[in-house]
Amino acid sequence: MKVKDYTSIGERVFHEKLLNGLPVYVVSKPGYSKGRAFFAVNYGGADRRFKANGKWLNTPAGIAHYLEHKMFDMEDGNALGVLFANGASANAFTSSDMTAYHFECTENFEQNLRTLLKFVSTPYFTEESVEKERGIIGQEIRMTEDSPETAGYFGLLKLMYKKHPMRDSIVGTVDDIAQITPQMLYDCHGTFYTNTNMVLCVVGDVDPDMVARAAEEILPKARGEAPIKDYGRDDAPSGKKRSVKAQMAVGMPLLFAGARLEKVPNERILQQEITAQAALRLLIGRSSPLYMDLYSRGLIGRDFLGQYDRIAGQAMLIFSGESRDPEAVAEAISERAESILNEDFSEAFERQKKALIGARLRELNSFSDVCYNVAKGCFDGYDPFEAISALQGITAKSVRDMISESLSPEKLMVSAVVPK
Amino acid sequence: MKEILRKEIMPNVRLTHLQTDKFKTGVFSATILTGLDRENASKNALLPYVLRRGTVLHNDMDSIAALLDDAYGAVIEPVVRKKGETHCIGFYADFADDFFLNGKESVLEKVIGLTAEIMTAPATKSGTLLHEYVDGEKNRLLDELEAQVNDKRSYVLSRSLELMCAKENYGINRLGRESQIKKVTAAGLTKHYRKLIAGAPIELFYCGSAGYDRVENAVLEAFAALPRTGFIPIPQTEILTRPVKSEPRVFIDRMDVGQGKLVIGFRMGEAALHPNHPALLVFNALYGGAPTSKLFVNVRERMSLCYYASSQIDRHKGVMLVSSGIEFNKYEVAKNEILAQLEAIKGGDISEAELESAKKTVMNAYKASMDSQSSLEGIYLDNCLSDIRYSPDVMAALVYDVTKKDVMDVAAGVCADAVYFLTGNGGDTDES
Repeated sequence: MKVKDYTSIGERVFHEKLLNGLPVYVVSKPGYSKGRAFFAVNYGGADRRFKANGKWLNTPAGIAHYLEHKMFDMEDGNALGVLFANGASANAFTSSDMTAYHFECTENFEQNLRTLLKFVSTPYFTEESVEKERGIIGQEIRMTEDSPETAGYFGLLKLMYKKHPMRDSIVGTVDDIAQITPQMLYDCHGTFYTNTNMVLCVVGDVDPDMVARAAEEILPKARGEAPIKDYGRDDAPSGKKRSVKAQMAVGMPLLFAGARLEKVPNERILQQEITAQAALRLLIGRSSPLYMDLYSRGLIGRDFLGQYDRIAGQAMLIFSGESRDPEAVAEAISERAESILNEDFSEAFERQKKALIGARLRELNSFSDVCYNVAKGCFDGYDPFEAISALQGITAKSVRDMISESLSPEKLMVSAVVPK
Repeated sequence: MKEILRKEIMPNVRLTHLQTDKFKTGVFSATILTGLDRENASKNALLPYVLRRGTVLHNDMDSIAALLDDAYGAVIEPVVRKKGETHCIGFYADFADDFFLNGKESVLEKVIGLTAEIMTAPATKSGTLLHEYVDGEKNRLLDELEAQVNDKRSYVLSRSLELMCAKENYGINRLGRESQIKKVTAAGLTKHYRKLIAGAPIELFYCGSAGYDRVENAVLEAFAALPRTGFIPIPQTEILTRPVKSEPRVFIDRMDVGQGKLVIGFRMGEAALHPNHPALLVFNALYGGAPTSKLFVNVRERMSLCYYASSQIDRHKGVMLVSSGIEFNKYEVAKNEILAQLEAIKGGDISEAELESAKKTVMNAYKASMDSQSSLEGIYLDNCLSDIRYSPDVMAALVYDVTKKDVMDVAAGVCADAVYFLTGNGGDTDES
């Protein structure tokens, strides 16, 4: 495998696209006891309309997540049980644009890797097993329906995006999943779980050649095609409405506020991400006047977050946290986004660049962050290990431009969850 | 991992030092150990947040934040934990390791210095913590307390303990109580602070690339102002081996929710007083701590009753909680199955495969913790509070030797003490 050293951050990464079409990354971590394998599909809750065998298919909300649950069924047992019985701690998740299966273990890594590759590439569904899962996922849906975070977040996405399917809950509703059949699951697996549409990332003190060999031996030889999917046209927010409020059994209201960012070509994604992170730190980071003001007025706590996110081709800024007065916080963010443009913040900007170095270094300690970032980078066409070097290239002007373009008052959407 | 050192460096102040160069960051924590009791819980929960607001030299949060930004985004966060009936309050810091800063700067001394400054030299007026900060943090804590109900899954755990252990200090919320928080005054909090800082046990923890001497020197210099004029021993936890009543007590809460949340609280019997820790952990993994457990395989997979059904044990208190999210009308069937699976373990219905995978789950978790600074910090703090002096890799080796009989011995004393159910406002619950 090809090797690349990132000397300034002390990382060594092996990478190759195998003959079967699968991109493989091995991030070398000498001295660590555990290894992590992360096998991800470029397929998530938003990928509901796609072409299979030449025909357009429309599938129900929640199907990618349902498929994730059912993949663990093997003809001769349950893969989750097999991995745990062999000393691995395993799990999977489905986001709006990714499905990922992963495990960590401190022994039998190769054997567990082979189990992972095998069960994710081998669909096995029966009427009975698909039926049985409806009760389990039904309870997962009830759990998310009682979650104010989920309600606030999806309430916000529905304001920000008029048609994009990521507006809908990833797990779907009980009615959505009632429609799911074994055949639909086979269609989705056949379309999306192809080598070219997936990535394998391994982090740990692991032999890269062993990883490549296992993937070559176990996965199908066919590279498979890149799926054709349709998110619909979505160039605009929902309409004139800029805020929404939901009532739930909460003790403290919750705020989700967000703004869309422009779409950028792949080679500019990392730059956009870092620019956004610097902008967020300047606007509402711990050392910002806005954070101080809101905190001392008792309007936000230490867990208030400003985040950059990129989901299913869309980039956005999201502000979230608990607050006695969500509207006042959203308004303060809008006002600050205007007033900061009149200031010379170049000194604070240089300090935030420095702080971002530490923040990005911290991420490299986390095997799960590393795997997720590698998979995202692979699907979206950028190298996440270049983040700290890319920091050198951003300027106070690029931060200023982003704030002025994306956070003008009419662009910030606000979703609040308040007590009944 | 090189040798682990632990030393009393000042009276009742101990430093645990783990040297390794595999992480990109260093971690430093400073934790005051104090008793969890009704009188002081709210003050304890307030204190680190009030101290974090400002010091004599850096008297507001933005000047502290600016220093931290400048130290390559270092973080110093207040932490309030409850372990058994010990209230662990203090600060957790992490920061970029020198190696990655091209030898230009050294962040370690700055961060230890600032943590000590926050703890030993808070901003005061006429010797009293600032009213403005105390009042602000009281309101913030009240908000945090009120917000606990937002996350139902974790809320029902603390709520059920509050009910089950109503007469024990263990039933006290980690954040204290509304009426008590409201009563805290700047003068009262200052007095409490002076007492703790003068005599309470303090645990310091470092994990990173720096050698012992460098860390000890940094700590001794930074904490030189720590007044060690008193001595308070490590607080003890009251342990009940048996349930409060002969039948489990039943508690029902109603709320406008779509899913019921069931929690069953257990006393651990003799295993609570003389814990065989490795066996306790294997028992938990076998019963409800992993996807190969009795609860996962039966309550979730076989009966499709829930998305999660899991157990967890506080080894300091000898209490186990099983929790699950279910349909309102599945209360009886879920409760009966959870109790039936415990009886199965007591009766020796434990296959070789079940035991092996439970052991592997625990061993893997211990070995993997060596790769996480925050896990290591938590494990060493747990160890300080109990008799355990083993490192995680030694614990993993001990788990290997656990037998079916060891697990049955633990299970034998386990007894349900309370059943809690959070249900909807409607009338379709079958609780009886």
